[in-house]
Amino acid sequence: MNRTFPTRAVIMAVGGLGIMMLGGCEPGHKETSQNGFRGAGLDQIVDPRHVVKTAAIPDAPYPLPADGGPLAGQTYQNVKVLGGVSTERFNHLMAEISQWIAPPEQGCAYCHNPANMASDEKYTKVVARRMLQMTQTINSTWSTHVKQTGVTCYTCHRGNAVPANKWALSAGAPNPDSILNNRHGQNELSDNAGYTSLPSDAFADYLNDHKNIRVATDTPLPAGHGPSVMETEKTYGLMMHVSKALGVNCTYCHNTQSFRAWNLSRPQRAQAWYGIRMVRDINETYIGSLKAVFPDTRKGPLGDPYKVNCTTCHQGVNKPLGGVSMIAQAPALKGPTPYVKPQVAQAAATAPVAAMAPPAKSAEK
Amino acid sequence: MARYQNIFTQVQLRGPLEAGPPMRGASFTRSGVGTYNYWLGKIGAAQIGPVYLGTLGMASLMFAFLAFEIIGLNMFASVGWNPVQFVRQLPWLSLEPPGPEYGFSPFVPLAKGGWWIIAGFCMTTSLLLWFLRTYRRARALGMGTHVAWAFASGIFLILTLGFIRPMLMGSWAEAVPFGIFPHLDWTAAFSIRYGNLFYNPFHCLSIAFLYGSTLLFAMHGATILAVGRYGGEREIEQITDRGTASERAALFWRWTMGFNATMESIHRWAWWFAVLTPLTGGIGILLTGTVVDNWYLWAVMHHYAPGYPGTGVIDPATLPGAPK
Repeated sequence: MNRTFPTRAVIMAVGGLGIMMLGGCEPGHKETSQNGFRGAGLDQIVDPRHVVKTAAIPDAPYPLPADGGPLAGQTYQNVKVLGGVSTERFNHLMAEISQWIAPPEQGCAYCHNPANMASDEKYTKVVARRMLQMTQTINSTWSTHVKQTGVTCYTCHRGNAVPANKWALSAGAPNPDSILNNRHGQNELSDNAGYTSLPSDAFADYLNDHKNIRVATDTPLPAGHGPSVMETEKTYGLMMHVSKALGVNCTYCHNTQSFRAWNLSRPQRAQAWYGIRMVRDINETYIGSLKAVFPDTRKGPLGDPYKVNCTTCHQGVNKPLGGVSMIAQAPALKGPTPYVKPQVAQAAATAPVAAMAPPAKSAEK
Repeated sequence: MARYQNIFTQVQLRGPLEAGPPMRGASFTRSGVGTYNYWLGKIGAAQIGPVYLGTLGMASLMFAFLAFEIIGLNMFASVGWNPVQFVRQLPWLSLEPPGPEYGFSPFVPLAKGGWWIIAGFCMTTSLLLWFLRTYRRARALGMGTHVAWAFASGIFLILTLGFIRPMLMGSWAEAVPFGIFPHLDWTAAFSIRYGNLFYNPFHCLSIAFLYGSTLLFAMHGATILAVGRYGGEREIEQITDRGTASERAALFWRWTMGFNATMESIHRWAWWFAVLTPLTGGIGILLTGTVVDNWYLWAVMHHYAPGYPGTGVIDPATLPGAPK
């Protein structure tokens, strides 16, 4: 009985399959760094060829003019946020905003009525004004997260009218009481959860609402009922997002000996902690207040405006734009620049203007 | 001329199929007369069947089928009955247990975890019936019941994860989802929630027995293959009629490490290591959340977590004026 042929064929098929599976490997040089006490495994292993390329920094539209001269609040009408900036620098910032955000074919007309630049008739102008307040707040009150690098419009927008990375409340299953097309907000191929099966709808709970992300308890023995494993999975899904957004692994911030213990964690964890609060502030105070202003095309399936998460700025690198600070090119964004002359800020209280009225806490500092 | 060799070049015998001894205490006879399979003969006996399922086997398979169908159809429905997406996303798909809002209530709407409870019940019933079957078949052949009790150890771990511990915690939401990636993600989340299972002593024991099992399996398998040329694979005969294979194997281990297990005791070693792996693991699961809530802090309390130098990072939430 000649059994040699099928035996050899099987051996060759199995061997060939084994070699083919090696195609999934990533051979080549890896850069490793030890970021904590030896043996604790706080390491980063980076394949330099697969690192997300940091975006190019655009050239300034023209050199930043010297400060001084008449203020924008004196020169122009209906300047509510940047009234205290010099006219020269105000114009420079407008040129930057046009370059960083507006579609090139529209330019200034993306936000302004060319016939009446002071008019608030375009919703984009109302949004832009609120976003200027937001940027000033981030730079002046959230230095715990953005440090002295600061942010500009370009950190998120990167030349797009709407930042490329955004999220809105998920429509969820067509019928929550049915199993049909119902993933319960998890168990799907989702970039949000780093392609795990962990919940991918964690943003609403933790980046819009203030649900508690901490799941491990601070007592060795049970004291009351802590969060369930299901709730833990949701915070884990959020952490997968953070990891993906920053292009780092868990041990960039945490010591796996105890994910909870702060005194074992790296300082980056505290910076991320502030980042999560900053994102909540942005989504709640600034984007949330524009709900009535945005048209439906700028809203998700449930009618809420598109919001930010870690990827909006970070885009796969631990420091957005590779840590390059652009704030020197746009000094007016460093903090609030009020124009104190009383008679100017008395515009008609239309709905959009009411929507952008500064909320109590952060914007008025 | 072919001669008797070990597993890798085994000569396959062909002749009248072996039917086995007459059935005792059986509900019906074995089905079929069996057949030969060349490829299975490459890795074991070439004779397939006859199979005896009996009442318990049939009932067990029925419940297993029900559990399999409930899980599979729930996954299929979750992709809107799309066969392409079902295959593409299968590793991600899941049948989730009821959420924390249902506590440990047995009455949960089907779409909210009720199907999970039913699937879990069917799977458990199937496993228990198969346990009884292995027990009864062993008794019918006049064997010991070692296989049945080893299987029971595994069932204990499964029941602990999916039923006993959720019952003690009063919440189905503590249980494991049915799904390929989902059950792995559950494992990682479980460890994070309860402060690193690494510091759970019963988890340590379970790993020691698991690794020990593989070590023992490798040592035993290697020893018997190595003395196969002297008839060493006839282990049971060598227990009572110790031949040169057994003598050489024993001498080898006494030379290498001073001690040798016997042809009989090596199987007790293997059985206990295998059985203790899920048994100790199950105890570790049972204690988590019920008796200990944070294993890392528990290890600190008992001075057995290594103390690494602190990084000086302070919880920002405890600083004055911290944002919410």
